[in-house]
Amino acid sequence: MLDPAILFPSLLNGLTTGAVYALIALGLTLIYGVLHIINFAHGAALMMALYGVYFLHEKLGIDPYLSLPIMVPVMFAAGYGTYRGVIGRASHGKDENILLITLGLSIILENAALYFWNSDTRSIETPYTLSMVNVFGASISLPKVVAFGGALATTVILLLIIGKTDLGRAIRACAKERQGAKLVGINVDHVFAMSFGIGLACLGAAACFLLPAYYVNPQVGNGFVLIAFTIVVLGGMGSFVGALLGGFLIGIVESLGGLMLGESLGQIGIFVIFIAVLLFRPQGLFGAKA
Amino acid sequence: MRSLALIALLVLVVALLPLFVTSGFALNFVIMVLYATLLGQAWNILGGFGGQFSFGHAVFFGTGAYAMSVLQIKLGFNAWLALPCAIALGGLVGTALGALSFRYGLKGSYFALVTLAFAEVFRILANTFEFTGAGVGLQLPLQESAANLQFATKTGYLYTALALCTISLLVAWWLKHSRYGAWLTAVRDNEDSAAALGVNAFRVKLIAITISGALMASGGAFYVQMYRYIDPHIAYGSSISVEALLAAIIGGMGTIFGPLLGAAVLHLLSELTRNYIANAPGVSLIIYGALLVLIIMFMPRGIAGLFERKR
Repeated sequence: MLDPAILFPSLLNGLTTGAVYALIALGLTLIYGVLHIINFAHGAALMMALYGVYFLHEKLGIDPYLSLPIMVPVMFAAGYGTYRGVIGRASHGKDENILLITLGLSIILENAALYFWNSDTRSIETPYTLSMVNVFGASISLPKVVAFGGALATTVILLLIIGKTDLGRAIRACAKERQGAKLVGINVDHVFAMSFGIGLACLGAAACFLLPAYYVNPQVGNGFVLIAFTIVVLGGMGSFVGALLGGFLIGIVESLGGLMLGESLGQIGIFVIFIAVLLFRPQGLFGAKA
Repeated sequence: MRSLALIALLVLVVALLPLFVTSGFALNFVIMVLYATLLGQAWNILGGFGGQFSFGHAVFFGTGAYAMSVLQIKLGFNAWLALPCAIALGGLVGTALGALSFRYGLKGSYFALVTLAFAEVFRILANTFEFTGAGVGLQLPLQESAANLQFATKTGYLYTALALCTISLLVAWWLKHSRYGAWLTAVRDNEDSAAALGVNAFRVKLIAITISGALMASGGAFYVQMYRYIDPHIAYGSSISVEALLAAIIGGMGTIFGPLLGAAVLHLLSELTRNYIANAPGVSLIIYGALLVLIIMFMPRGIAGLFERKR
């Protein structure tokens, strides 16, 4: 069963899937780390971004990777606007309210997609969809390798934004001490909305990397949302490095779990990890104690 | 006492309904509202009175539904015997889940996520094992007789739903008027202060999730008896969890009649959209979602908040 000839490709496969998971989780962990809210609409937003990439390809013939400069700003704007227009106003200062608001938004988005584009599962044809590359003797599909690289690049960019720019400093200030940030003249609402926008922009990037090897339907976000939560909790809420490593770990667990327990039961490993981490180490593997 | 009188009035009106109303559509509407009230009230006990927001109440619903089906189909139980077993099992799952999550101090968003994850685990398990019918689901054989809790007419289901719904309303009434209910709302409002006053917060929350799980399981059992079919997606899917919390939140959390108001409004809205706007998948859910957002933005106390006297 644990023949290296099967194990190694499976491991590699898990690693590349994990990179995309990490990309999705990065947006979620940023939003959590700064706003202390769990964005339940994250999966639905990813689904919308995937539809965006799909229609850009089908209607305008734009290659998914070339959609990046379109999707990232569009998702950013959508996130900024949603925070300013709905989430920021509706919270009444209670975290649970935001959780419910984002749940409401995810219901709306998911069913709007169902209404406008029906429940068909769609995927795109690109010249490289079926290309394989050889990595240390294991062949793996080219889009997955690109997604792996893209996820790493996005993480680096995100870390640079947070670490080196004025916006990043403001974001960190608001995450640590809302009141103090306000006192030194930071526009907290603006910074919160920026964080939410950047979180969704990550999804725009994730969608561009994901679609060549994946598909889209109105429910596609649901599969990702719990996995992304698992990664965020595993890596420690708000930790970027944690999200990246957590993503890889979950990708591998899923891949090996599927290999050993079969497709259906294999997924259970993820949720067992999720529940165990929530119960025994809610600060995550890399997070500081809250 | 006024609430009790209202409950009695509701029971009387619904019980006499079949004498005056023969339209299957109208009776079905009332059954659906009572059933949604039951689910909403189950969520309300834990979420509204207890302040512990669950996103995975399907875990109890599905357990009740599957217990009801498996006991009857695989073990040959009579439906009337299977029902209390299913309810007890739902309560047991509630106790277990609560013992785990409250022991480790999970609250707020973390609690919501852990309940969601449990529902997902149960869904995968039900999807995998043969004795739950795996992905195909379980079909209850047709044996229409009151002795089997299956009815040829809507009236039988109406009374079953009414009985279960009334129990849930009485539980909510008891929470409003008992020492235990006061403890529960104290824990919701400020757990540390409640604990400082000598309330055993862990035990209080554990009892709430047990009652909530048992009520939700009775809803699952009712579903199986009415539709005679269950599969992992219906039982443990997120839509049933959402339905339960929507009725409670839109109607008014922590109130006796909130879930009833919420259930009635939601079902009325879905009938209206079906008839006047569009009979397409998703439309009524779009409206539900929008309603949820609007209620939280502008009426955080729900519809029941409109009827409460201003203090």
